[in-house]
Amino acid sequence: MVVDHAPDRADVVFRALADPTRRDIVRRTMRGDHSVTALSAHYPMSFAAVQKHVAVLEQARLVTKRKRGREQLVRANIDAIRTAQALLDRFEAIWLDRMDRFGEVLAEANEGGTS
Amino acid sequence: MTVTAVRKDPEALTMTITAEFDAPVERVWRLWSDPRLLERWWGPPTYPATMIEHDLSPGGRVHYSMTGPEGDTHHGWWEITAVDAPHRLEFRDGFADGSGAPNPDLPEITVRVTLTDTAGGGTRLDIESTFDSAEGMEQLLAMGSEEGMKAAMSQMDDLLAA
Repeated sequence: MVVDHAPDRADVVFRALADPTRRDIVRRTMRGDHSVTALSAHYPMSFAAVQKHVAVLEQARLVTKRKRGREQLVRANIDAIRTAQALLDRFEAIWLDRMDRFGEVLAEANEGGTS
Repeated sequence: MTVTAVRKDPEALTMTITAEFDAPVERVWRLWSDPRLLERWWGPPTYPATMIEHDLSPGGRVHYSMTGPEGDTHHGWWEITAVDAPHRLEFRDGFADGSGAPNPDLPEITVRVTLTDTAGGGTRLDIESTFDSAEGMEQLLAMGSEEGMKAAMSQMDDLLAA
């Protein structure tokens, strides 16, 4: 069987999202720009640690950073977040088909009345 | 349509599908426990499944094949991790070689199936699928989407012809 080894882009996204602090950063920055300083006020960790989390999210292209004066503003990249959702949508279609067939087989098996 | 809910959690790589059927749990369970019934719905019409081995006891294995329109045959396996008939079944689902031996290079899914009695003597079926990685999910969908699409089309044809 030929399997296309697509670049593991989605894996990078999910690894980035596997951490609760990073998920929280994504949630906050979906609602608007936040400086790293403002973000770090929310977590019991150093500024450097928060900066590291932001860097992981940036590598996964889940957030973008831009400079404003001496500040770094972080903003969520909504498109990247949608990728994960899109993959699950396709998996859903496979199972919806299966459940259609399941219902048909169940109805026929019941008519047969053998059990 | 018997599906009542679909919950997708992109962060946990999990999808749960819920369906309700107007039949008691024992009947619904048979569609998993009877290999002849299972093979009628597991694969799409264009890739019908054949259950070669089918042992739903804990630690048991299922080995199945699916043959496509061009005679291409794909093998899959389940490893049963928990079973409590007729209410619960948990297994790992993956790709296999022709002998049924798991192919470690291809993705695996953890599936948890729960059957619950409903008030009117019917059954609620919950199927939770969890991917090990997003890469695996992409890979599996890349392989399965074409057959899924063809199946959906052929079912639509059947409905229109009926």
